[in-house]
Amino acid sequence: MSGPLLSVAGLSKRFDRAGGTVMAVDGVSFAMEPGETLALAGPSGSGKSTVARLVTRLVEPDAGAVSFEGQDWLALRGAALRARRARLQMVFQDPLAAFNPRATVARVLDDPLRIHGIVARSERPRRIAALLERVGLEASLAGRAIHEISGGQRQRVAIARAIATKPSLIVLDEAVSALDVSVRAKIVELLLDLQREEKIAYLFIGHDLGLMRVAAHRLIILDGGRIAEQGDALAVIDAPQSAIGKALVAAAPRFFRTDREAS
Amino acid sequence: MTAPLVSVRDLGVAYAGGREARARQALHGVDLDIAAGERLAVIGESGSGKSTLALAIAGLLPGTAGVAGSIQWFGNREGQRSPPSVLPDISPSRGEISQSPASKPLISPLEGEMSGRTEGGEERPSKDTRTARPGRDIGFVFQDPAASLDPVLSVGEQVAEVARAHFGLDWTHAYARAADLLGRVRLPDPRGALRAFPHQLSGGQKQRVAIAAAIAARPKLLIADEATSALDAIVQAEIVALLRRLTEEDGMTLLFVSHDIALAAGLADRIAVFRGGGMVELGSVAQVIEAPRHAYTRALLDAHIGLDAVPLVATGQAR
Repeated sequence: MSGPLLSVAGLSKRFDRAGGTVMAVDGVSFAMEPGETLALAGPSGSGKSTVARLVTRLVEPDAGAVSFEGQDWLALRGAALRARRARLQMVFQDPLAAFNPRATVARVLDDPLRIHGIVARSERPRRIAALLERVGLEASLAGRAIHEISGGQRQRVAIARAIATKPSLIVLDEAVSALDVSVRAKIVELLLDLQREEKIAYLFIGHDLGLMRVAAHRLIILDGGRIAEQGDALAVIDAPQSAIGKALVAAAPRFFRTDREAS
Repeated sequence: MTAPLVSVRDLGVAYAGGREARARQALHGVDLDIAAGERLAVIGESGSGKSTLALAIAGLLPGTAGVAGSIQWFGNREGQRSPPSVLPDISPSRGEISQSPASKPLISPLEGEMSGRTEGGEERPSKDTRTARPGRDIGFVFQDPAASLDPVLSVGEQVAEVARAHFGLDWTHAYARAADLLGRVRLPDPRGALRAFPHQLSGGQKQRVAIAAAIAARPKLLIADEATSALDAIVQAEIVALLRRLTEEDGMTLLFVSHDIALAAGLADRIAVFRGGGMVELGSVAQVIEAPRHAYTRALLDAHIGLDAVPLVATGQAR
């Protein structure tokens, strides 16, 4: 493909809150290349999760343009939008909240295959087994309910569901934030494997700068709905230029730090 | 090491299962002394039992939990001859401020789950000096300040209530004390904040209020159970610095429960590593971080991705 995979220009969204209007996202522009990981970091209320929701069109922007795979993403409606969503998937922080907890793993994986007509009905059980294997789960897990499996297994199922429709972009909204460190490391490994093999791009929303530094290609730091700083992830985190970038890096937990209270 | 403030011996806790489920053993065979004035971090992953330990020490376990072993409190040294105790059987309750302690009924387990900040009645000597008085001897800060603060009470009332309940202050003096406390936790405009309601505050400000309430009775032990986990990194660092300052200023003992070994190492004197309901390692921060004895501790340290880790993807032009 020529041109960027995703291009966002002047994206803005305000929310009406008690006590006034909040510019959650205020004129954000960026582009993503195929197969790249772009990390979005920032303090609470910086707008990073709203950007994720705007890009996935869970929320509609007040202003701005989004082009995805060369098409005007915001102009898509109805059936055309649903069809294109196969290429832009999302993994949330809490898969227990994202899925019906009583549904079986097979059902959760069958839905996208059926809705997007990926494979014939008779082929679906085999495809589900292959997807489970791809994310490092036993095929026998298919019959278990979502609420019965562990948090790490659930997030693997969420990833399997996301890749079922062969997306070119997956938005990871705090997708590894709630996992135990030992589980998180394995999920990150899986995501990087998938990226290498399928050339999937990730828009990676989180707050773990250590993880972003090693796993993301580029990084945008948001503050108050605007881009405070962006660049090569390693370079930005090793030498932040903006005030908020410096504050975030200084606040990252590290062994034997001697943090002092800001007065 | 100085004399222990709390001595935990062979502690086991099992939570009652649902209708048909068996009881779940959350902790087993834990021996642990918490030294007076130290900052002890308890770290572990989900299901490690770290929060159960915190709740057990604070006397906040649900009444249906099965408890074995002992937790002894050495914070009230005046009466030494009391018999060894089991767990405190008095749970704190909210909304019973006007009730006299003598007529206080046995507490329902549900109330005991709610909050460690307050308990009914005026200050009273504990019948059993080896048992801590929750809310008075031990302050507790929970992970989610939005859930631990009462949404319909002003910030001032919630903090003043603790001072009133434990020191028998009238409301005027209790409010003055609350304003002092809100200043100590560095809430901007403490006097004005007295009238604020929790929903008007940010997450970090709410947690500062919860800390003010937890220390309002001047507890000897402050327990922070994942108290910074729901906050963003910048606010987390501020709250950790606040906990350090408060414990230093008051000589308070701190039990800091966290899943984050790096965060714990930056704050604590000693680290206890929990896994699957048992304590696998206990040592000074330097020993645990630099020379972990247990393979699990090593695995936890290896899984931590610091700002000096080797990149997993090529950045810049190599892409």
